[in-house]
Amino acid sequence: MNRSTIDLWVGIFVVLGLGALLFLALKVGNLGSFSTNETYLVHARFANIGGLKVRAPIKSAGVVVGRVSDIRFDNETYEALVSMDLDAYYQFPRDTTAKILTSGILGEQYIGLEAGGDGVMLKGGDRVRLTQSAVVLENLISQFLFNKAAESKEPAK
Amino acid sequence: MQQLEHLREHARGRLERIGNVVTSQVWRLGFASRFLFYLVVHSGTALRRFRLTLKEIYFAGVLSLIIILVSGLFVGMVLALQGYETLQRFGASESLGVVVALSLVRELGPVVAGLLFASRAGSAITAEIGLMKATEQISAMEMMAVDPIARVVAPRFWGGVISMPLLAALFSAMGIFGGYLVGVQLIGVDAGAFWSQMQAAVDVRNDILNGVIKSVVFGIAVTWISVFEGYDAVPTAEGVSRATTRTVVTSSLAILALDFVLTALMFTGGNNQ
Amino acid sequence: MQQSPTAEPIVEIRRVAFGYDPARPVLRDIDLEIPRGSVVGIMGQSGCGKTTLLRIIAAQFLPTAGEARVLGRSTAGLDREGLYEMRRRMGMLFQFGALFTDLSVYENVAFPLREHLALPEDLLHDLVMLKLQAVGLRGAAQLMPTELSGGMARRVALARSIALDPRLILYDEPFTGLDPISFGVIVRLIRELNDSLGATSIIVTHDVQEALGVVDYVYFMADGRVIAQGTPEDIRRSGEPFVRQFVNGAAEGPVPFHYPAPDYAADLELAS
Repeated sequence: MNRSTIDLWVGIFVVLGLGALLFLALKVGNLGSFSTNETYLVHARFANIGGLKVRAPIKSAGVVVGRVSDIRFDNETYEALVSMDLDAYYQFPRDTTAKILTSGILGEQYIGLEAGGDGVMLKGGDRVRLTQSAVVLENLISQFLFNKAAESKEPAK
Repeated sequence: MQQLEHLREHARGRLERIGNVVTSQVWRLGFASRFLFYLVVHSGTALRRFRLTLKEIYFAGVLSLIIILVSGLFVGMVLALQGYETLQRFGASESLGVVVALSLVRELGPVVAGLLFASRAGSAITAEIGLMKATEQISAMEMMAVDPIARVVAPRFWGGVISMPLLAALFSAMGIFGGYLVGVQLIGVDAGAFWSQMQAAVDVRNDILNGVIKSVVFGIAVTWISVFEGYDAVPTAEGVSRATTRTVVTSSLAILALDFVLTALMFTGGNNQ
Repeated sequence: MQQSPTAEPIVEIRRVAFGYDPARPVLRDIDLEIPRGSVVGIMGQSGCGKTTLLRIIAAQFLPTAGEARVLGRSTAGLDREGLYEMRRRMGMLFQFGALFTDLSVYENVAFPLREHLALPEDLLHDLVMLKLQAVGLRGAAQLMPTELSGGMARRVALARSIALDPRLILYDEPFTGLDPISFGVIVRLIRELNDSLGATSIIVTHDVQEALGVVDYVYFMADGRVIAQGTPEDIRRSGEPFVRQFVNGAAEGPVPFHYPAPDYAADLELAS
């Protein structure tokens, strides 16, 4: 086995290995989506964030426009403070609503942005004023039962 | 009365031996650590005369390709079969890609590739160095004023450390391909769902990068054990054979133990809010 | 500088003692000198400590007592640089050659040259060919060690050990397992190389008759001590019982035939 054959095979091996890594990074993982763009940070307060996690997507009209970067608890107002990294490419009006939605029925939760009509756009550091908290399953069920109970009482009135 | 004395002596002897074994293992670990430190410090030759290291990448990496690729393919295919069997009970068969990819990238890629590497390349390195010691080639080198650790051991160490992450990545990639073959082509899961759900669920930083870090750590551990056992082997046929066995056993245990530690560090505390 | 016959000996061993295990000394109180330019034999039975002595001269081990002075310096107190510098002036032939099995004959001989000198390839090639020619194996340059016979492998190893023109050549059992022709070749080479390189050679062996034919001086060791020394003639005429037994190859003598054992009759369980 002479030197040049060894060099050739090692070269092939390294190329294949790096190629596999690239394949994993691009085709298997979601590198392609976000990391290299510039972002700006906005904040929002929620009464209940449900199962929202850091790095959860932020979508508008179903398209990913950002990621949740930080989640904190405000001990004074007893609300959740969510920081969001939005792609600098996309601008949203100041009266945009941020809702916590679930993908699918039992899927993971994300923030959906519905644009308002204000002429002035959000910029870095701004707060999204209109928010809708996550739907908590227990509340939904108890609400449903309450409504059912109220309905069955009405005809008797 | 005599019986009791006899028992006591026996127990004492046993305890002494256990203590002996533990102390000698700890001493050996210390010796191995100094060996590693010396090896890294004297890696100048291995890096300057890169041809030496290149040759070792060939012997450790290229010659392991076949077993890694074939094993990866089969593991991926089995994952797809097993995964589908369970997922379709919950109507979640479209998430097959997620199951296959995450299992491979996070765990099976680094771990199984590491175990295979230890068995194939690790044992070969130990045997080679051990035999060089037994046939006095190491002594001959010392007598020619050439540091055998810099000349023989260091290139093998770096060859293994460089090869391992590449092999793990190839294993995972082949596995995903195998999963695709079985899941999409054979079973009929939707190709679009397979890839898109996978891409959504596999995060480059948390999953793939952590998998790569694992494979680097395993590579260092396995190659370190291999070169040390070879260099420390008793220079007889029996000694070399025992050293080779020790390499495979110790490397395997080390991989599994390190895997637990790394997984605990990476995949639990990190990802919550 | 005047090089008088009483110039400092190449190797001086003064009251050296050594044991791998402190409780079991291998060498006890050895005193010997190797004069410049001579071929000296260190002989004795297997296990008498002669190979260990050779390793001490090669500075692979440090004596636990006494001092070993080689090439003008003490082996104790040498740092790695000093040690390697000393070894560059020595060559050692191992018992079975110890050739690097993954390199060709050419590459084996070229090894010390490549590691220590930065020579252009054609000059290196000429040097390697020179060394191989000296041992008669220039035509075998492209063979691999596994393709060589024992005698040829040893000759290649010899070529490798003289690659850097050493001042001191050490031979560890060079005659072991050789056929008569290879034997004769090695004997001739030891003498020729020593004289043509102006070097000094130390041969550790237990092949008495053959060694007595090639050496200038002999040290006889037994049980970790030097029990006799002299020119080959002195040794052949020596009255010392151990030397007589060794030189004549007698089965009985100071070294008994029977390994220490309990009484024979008792072992066979015969009533006394």
